[in-house]
This record gives sequence, C-alpha cells and structure tokens, in this order.
Amino acid sequence: MESENKIVPVLELKDLRKSFGENTVLNGFNLKLYKGENLVVMGKSGSGKSVMIKCLVGLIEADSGSIRIKDHDITKLGQKELDILRTEIGFLFQGSALYDSMTVRENLEFPLRRHKKKLELKGHTETLVIEALTNVGLADAIDLMPAELSGGMQRRVALARALILKPKIILYDEPTTGLDPITSKEIIQLMRTIQDTYNTSSLIITHDVDCARVISNRMILLVDGINYAEGTYQELIASQDPKVQAFFKN
Amino acid sequence: MGKTKTILDNSKVFFAEVGDISYFTARFFREVFKPPFEFKELLRQCFNMGNRSLLLVVVTGFILGLVFTLQSRPTLMEFGAESWMPSMVGISIVREIGPVIIALICAGRIGSGIGAELGSMRVTEQIDAMEVSGTNPFKYLVVTRIVATTLMLPLLIIIGDTVALLGSALIENLKGEVSYLLYFNQVFDAITYADIIPATIKSFFFGFAIGLVGCYKGYYCSKGTVGVGEASNAAVVYTSMLLFIIDFIAVFITDIFF
Ligand SMILES: Nc1ncnc2c1ncn2[C@@H]1O[C@H](COP(=O)(O)OP(=O)(O)O)[C@@H](O)[C@H]1O
Ligand SMILES: [Mg+2]
Repeated sequence: MESENKIVPVLELKDLRKSFGENTVLNGFNLKLYKGENLVVMGKSGSGKSVMIKCLVGLIEADSGSIRIKDHDITKLGQKELDILRTEIGFLFQGSALYDSMTVRENLEFPLRRHKKKLELKGHTETLVIEALTNVGLADAIDLMPAELSGGMQRRVALARALILKPKIILYDEPTTGLDPITSKEIIQLMRTIQDTYNTSSLIITHDVDCARVISNRMILLVDGINYAEGTYQELIASQDPKVQAFFKN
Repeated sequence: MGKTKTILDNSKVFFAEVGDISYFTARFFREVFKPPFEFKELLRQCFNMGNRSLLLVVVTGFILGLVFTLQSRPTLMEFGAESWMPSMVGISIVREIGPVIIALICAGRIGSGIGAELGSMRVTEQIDAMEVSGTNPFKYLVVTRIVATTLMLPLLIIIGDTVALLGSALIENLKGEVSYLLYFNQVFDAITYADIIPATIKSFFFGFAIGLVGCYKGYYCSKGTVGVGEASNAAVVYTSMLLFIIDFIAVFITDIFF
C-alpha cells in the first residue's frame, strides 16, 4: 500500500532556481510530496522556504525548473487553469494573512466567491463556513473581526479558510511562528486531526524542531538553496553532518 | 565625480519608476473593462472615501471661502470694486482654487490611506492570499479603488466649491450687507460652462491620479512596517506633485480651447 502510493508524487519540484538580482535564493531545489504524507521542509530564517512554497502555487515566478502538481506543469498553465488548480490546494500563510477589513465569516466566504455556481443552494455557503469553523473549534467567532482575535485564534481561522474548499493538498508556511508553545501545540494537534479527517497530503515549512518531530513522516533540510539532506526525523537527528546537526542543537 | 554619479543613479531610479507606473496604468486600463466586475467592492470604496473625507472637505471649503473673501475685501474696496466680489470669488474657486485645494486634501486623506492599506495588505501577505484563492487582487483592490477615486473626486470638489461659496456669501452678507440671493445671482451670472466643464474634467484626472499613485505605492510596497509608512508617505508626496502637473497641463489646454 505504502509503496503503491509512492509511485507518483502529488506534487513535485525539480531543479527549482530563483534569484532576486544578485541574491540567489534557490539553486536547484528538488522535492516530491507523496499522497497522504506529512513532509516537513526545515531551513533557517531567510533560507528561501517561503520563496519555494510561493513558487509552488505560482505567486512567484521561478527562474527555471519544473513544478508539477497532479499532472499539471504549473509554469505552463493559463490563469484560468491555474485558478482551478489552486482551489485544490490549501495555503496557510506565515502570519495568517486574514483580510483585516472583513469579518471572520467574510474571510471564509472569500475563497468561495469564484465558486458560487457550484454552490447553487443558497444555504450551502453558510453550511461550509460553519463546518470549517467548527473543525477548528471557533464556531462562535464567526462575526468577529480578525483584530478582535488572539494570534492563535487568527491562525485557526486562517486554517479554516485554507480548508474551506476541502483541498487534497495543504501547504503550511511556518504554522507555529509567532505563537506561544502551548498554542503551537494546539495548532499542531489541529493539523494532525485535519490530516486524519480529510486524508490530505501536507507540505509543512518550519524552523520549529518540535513541530517537525511531532508531525513529520519525512523531512527535507533546505540549506544553501538546495535540498541538503532528506530522511525521517530519527535519521536526520542521528546524522553526523555538522550542517544537519546545527538544526537540532539548542 | 561622486555627485554626478548620484544624480545619474537617481535619474535612473526615476525613469525606472516612470516605466513601472506606466505599466501599472496600462494594466489598469486592460483590466477595468474586463469582467468579472467587482461592483459591490466599488460601491463600498466609494462610500468609504466619501464618508471619510466629507467632513474634511466641508470644513476646508468653508474656511477657504471665508478667508479668501476676507482677504480680498480690502483690496477690492480700495478700487471701489466690492460689487465684483461674488464673480471674482466664484470664478477663482470653481476654476482653480476649489479643485486644487480639495484634491490636495484628498491626496492626504484618501491617497495616503490607500497607500497604507494596500501596503499593509502586501506585507502581511493578504494580497497573496487573495491571489491563491482565485480572486484577481489587482481587479479587486486596485481597479475598484482607482475607479472610486476617479468618480468621487469630482463629487467632493463640487461639494467643496459650494461650501466655499457659502462661506464667502456669509462674509459678504455680514460685512457688505449683500443678500444671499443677490450674491448667488451674481456668482451664477459670472460662471459659464467654459469655467465648469474644464474644471470638472480636471477633477476626474485629479481623482485618477490620487487613486493610481496610492495603489501603485501600496501594491508594490516593500517588506516590513517601514515599507508601509514609506508607501503611504510617498503616495501623498508624488500625488501632490502630480496634481500640480495635471493642473498646469489642464490650464494650458483650457487656454487653447476656451
Ligand atoms: N519579493 C522579493 N524580492 C526580493 N527578495 C526577496 C523577495 N522575497 C524574498 N526575498 C529574499 O529571499 C530570501 C528568502 O526569503 P524567504 O523565502 O522569505 O525566507 P524564509 O526561509 O525565512 O521563508 C531572503 O533573503 C529575502 O530577502
Ligand atoms: Mg518565510
């Protein structure tokens, strides 16, 4: 079963390169995400993790390399096809990125506006919003503004928004940054629950070793713009390579 | 030698910026006529802008009318020309002072607001979030705002002009014992379509400039909270400059045709 899933990755980056002027950020990065797994990419702050994940969904144009999601080469897709493909991917942004001029409800409805036709029943939007909020345990925050929520609650709402179209792939950009340890644990727990309920494949970017230990099936270390080391948490922590060890110290 | 290089560098940056903003403008015109249209967001923006600037425009306009009339009275009296007051004030406010002052106020109020709002949305990745959820952020955020300022500025300027004339009439009424009816009769006698039409066309361009520069600065805001402050500040500075340039061109063209 396991090996069967591993034949075709749902998401694949090959030889991804990206520079900003003189600053080379990604220098031939490779990654394969298989169905149902939690893949963690670790890297220092500023090592290009966010750039990599944004290339994945076409927010940043890569200089070269191929990006495949479910048999589509996203560098070759038109705007319409790209938008359709994006509905199958949930994206949790580093700082939650809730729209601060909208209520929680409007935030969650936003990804649905382009899919109104599919939701012909009028009550359907409401049902989806409430369902998504209930999943993250915040059903009663529906009419609040983001500014009225704590950091942890904002992150949950952002997660609900990422999940509202029931994506099969979820990309997390530092899901626990800026949160206290207890709230971080809650968010990680929530991520695991979501993974179990929806059987999603997740790509998690973090520099939080605890988060990586708890959630990862497999890890990639991003160093100097390449996938420097790969393996399970146990394998990597046992590594003798000083660059790898640097991640697990302190 | 060092100095020459700085000036050269600066002008390079300047022309690169002019290029970028031209591209931004072209993109606006490409997307503004293409469905889907974001009417709801457009209305919301119009309402917000009007709501936030109305009081400011009314107060400024009123004081402008008061002060302008008070200051001109002695000079006109010296020549025994007080009876020219309504037409003089009317024409200068409608043609020039009203539009420019109110556009400058709105550059400070609306333009900087747009710069800061879009800037913080860029920095906190809200614009990216919009894009991945299948909504074109340029259309939703930029096009609606530019259209809203273009439509709202003429309206605010008409309101400001009217209030300024009321202020002026008040002074004339108190000091010169001119009735309001007589005052406005004289104003409307003096003002012609040749005053109103160019001024209105000019106000649309003022509105467009305020929206365009605010959006441009905010949309391409650099990372960090410093970037947001800079975007908001630059929006006001560049818009103000642009307003005078537009005004100059408008006056020049009006001079030829009217
Ligand atoms: N839009 C951009 N323009 C220029 N440089 C950028 C841009 N986005 C990111 N960078 C640079 O890319 C590098 C990696 O950034 P990022 O991916 O955000 O790091 P992190 O791994 O912490 O997420 C940084 O040096 C940053 O300055
Ligand atoms: Mg990052």
